[in-house]
Amino acid sequence: MRLTQGTFSFLPDLTDAEIAAQVAYALSRGWACSVEHTDDPHPRNTYWTMWGPPMFDLPDAAGVMLEVNACRKAFPRHYVKVNAFDNSKGVESIQLSFIVQRPAEEPGFGLARSEDAGRTLRYRVHSYATDRPEGQRY
Amino acid sequence: MNKPLEHPSIADPKARYRAGVLKYKEMGYWRPDYEPADTDVIAVFRITPQEGVDPEEAAAAVAGESSTATWTVVWTDRLTASDSYRAKAYRVDAVPNTGAGTPNEAQYFAWIAYDLDLFEEGSIANLTASIIGNVFGFKPLKALRLEDMRIPVAYLKTFQGPPTGIVVERERLDKFGRPLLGATMKPKLGLSGKNYGRVVFEALTGGLDFTKDDENINSQPFMHWRDRFLFCMEAVNSAAARSGEVKGHYLNVTAATMEDMYERAEFAKELGSSIVMIDLVVGWTAIQSMAKWARRNDVILHMHRAGHSTYTRQRNHGVSFRVIAKWLRMAGVDHLHAGTAVGKLEGDPATVQGYYNVCRDTHTKADLSRGLFVDQPWASLRRVMPVASGGIHAGQMHQLLDLFGDDVVLQFGGGTIGHPMGIQAGATANRVALESMVKARNEGRDIRNEGPDILIAAAKRCAPLAQALDTWKDVTFNYASTDTPDFVATPTAA
Repeated sequence: MRLTQGTFSFLPDLTDAEIAAQVAYALSRGWACSVEHTDDPHPRNTYWTMWGPPMFDLPDAAGVMLEVNACRKAFPRHYVKVNAFDNSKGVESIQLSFIVQRPAEEPGFGLARSEDAGRTLRYRVHSYATDRPEGQRY
Repeated sequence: MNKPLEHPSIADPKARYRAGVLKYKEMGYWRPDYEPADTDVIAVFRITPQEGVDPEEAAAAVAGESSTATWTVVWTDRLTASDSYRAKAYRVDAVPNTGAGTPNEAQYFAWIAYDLDLFEEGSIANLTASIIGNVFGFKPLKALRLEDMRIPVAYLKTFQGPPTGIVVERERLDKFGRPLLGATMKPKLGLSGKNYGRVVFEALTGGLDFTKDDENINSQPFMHWRDRFLFCMEAVNSAAARSGEVKGHYLNVTAATMEDMYERAEFAKELGSSIVMIDLVVGWTAIQSMAKWARRNDVILHMHRAGHSTYTRQRNHGVSFRVIAKWLRMAGVDHLHAGTAVGKLEGDPATVQGYYNVCRDTHTKADLSRGLFVDQPWASLRRVMPVASGGIHAGQMHQLLDLFGDDVVLQFGGGTIGHPMGIQAGATANRVALESMVKARNEGRDIRNEGPDILIAAAKRCAPLAQALDTWKDVTFNYASTDTPDFVATPTAA
């Protein structure tokens, strides 16, 4: 399967030049970029591991790309994403978030169902990757 | 009957309260010297007086009939601090391109101020019962339209507002940087629960974020609500597992009674649905009740504006949708259908963009070219996600993104389900078109002009998009809008 979280997952994986262009756009809007990675891409896994805090004072895309590359090098089989954070009044949240690395094999998710009263089903989305311990998942 | 006196605002109380009939201007409802207070509610009405009715008198009558007045003088006014309870018409402007020398009958914008004490806190029902209660049937006017309102911060702060809002909705869904994609299930009527859930499953699996019940899907003989909810949630969860994304289906909980609506909403929540929907026709009190329920239960509340065109569409009479949108933001909905400009339903682009301002701004600035008459600070009331739905397709993606930006749900019903290669293909076409356009815009390309080329380039890698562009390439809905701004933006010297 192909995990389709993030802004551009229905497009071919972005090249480094394309990633840098998106980062430049975010910086031009005054947003701070950050890099996060995980080996557990469950849709409700809100907190991926931060590759450092958001780079509030970094003005150029090349600097962000250095961090993207360092994270990818340290975790070559993890999902890695770039977030752009907007701290302006009324937003104070992420404005752009896209995947910049994914493992070669994406095992995907299973859906467990348990039957309850009145034909109700209880669902549990299960990430196959997490069947193995952290560090051995991809 | 006493002969009406000729001079406005009679100062002598004995003359003012003599039994009989006075002009509204004489009763104190026309106050051109009045400076509205920051705490006043201000309403801008478009009035079309009957032949021979003076516009200032007509404005005073609207102020009177929407506040304290009745048709005759009553001495019991003197038991109250009546001057503070009287609404005050303080400004009348001729509407451009109406009246003598034009093909249109004379119309005027009347600006009326209402003291804060006239309204119950946190109640849209009370606000609307005053402002649009009796006055719209008033005989001396041929027609009356409520164009805009300035709600003072002091009054806004008595309302809960949207239960979730744009920011929190995005954080819950983990979806950023692009419009959300949805589709309304078709055919609207007749599908069984199982077949209906199939359409939901295909559309979500193909790449949409949301699917939607239509406004008139409630609990009919062909599909009862409980059955629909169960099959739709199976589809939602299956699609989430296949994509690794959060997905949702707006379960319509509109029903005959508040008890029925609560029962359906509770069941949707129990099944794990992130969102429920209601129709505008349920009424203001029911909307506010559901807003409180949604806030209590962390469920997103989608509003389908069913019925609004009966009173928003005609330019001379009714209530502008920008006012309805303001009331709905106060009442507390998270999603609001606000028009497409380019699709099948009424909506001039500038006017529709004005509605989007009302939904999404933290401070809406007066902008007559968008039909916005007043500044409206929103006092941190959460922001509403507008929904563009009705006759739109992938080939218009550049126009939609250019007009509305990122914080909008783009809903392609026919434009997903009617795809020649199937529903999943239709959904994929829309998602690829959207992501390609957002990416190109962020890269600095001029999507308004280069949009068609960007779509064609994306379609080279995506057969479903190529098919979609080919199928709907000639579909446009170019009809004149009935509700357009009265003021055209003109370039000014800098």
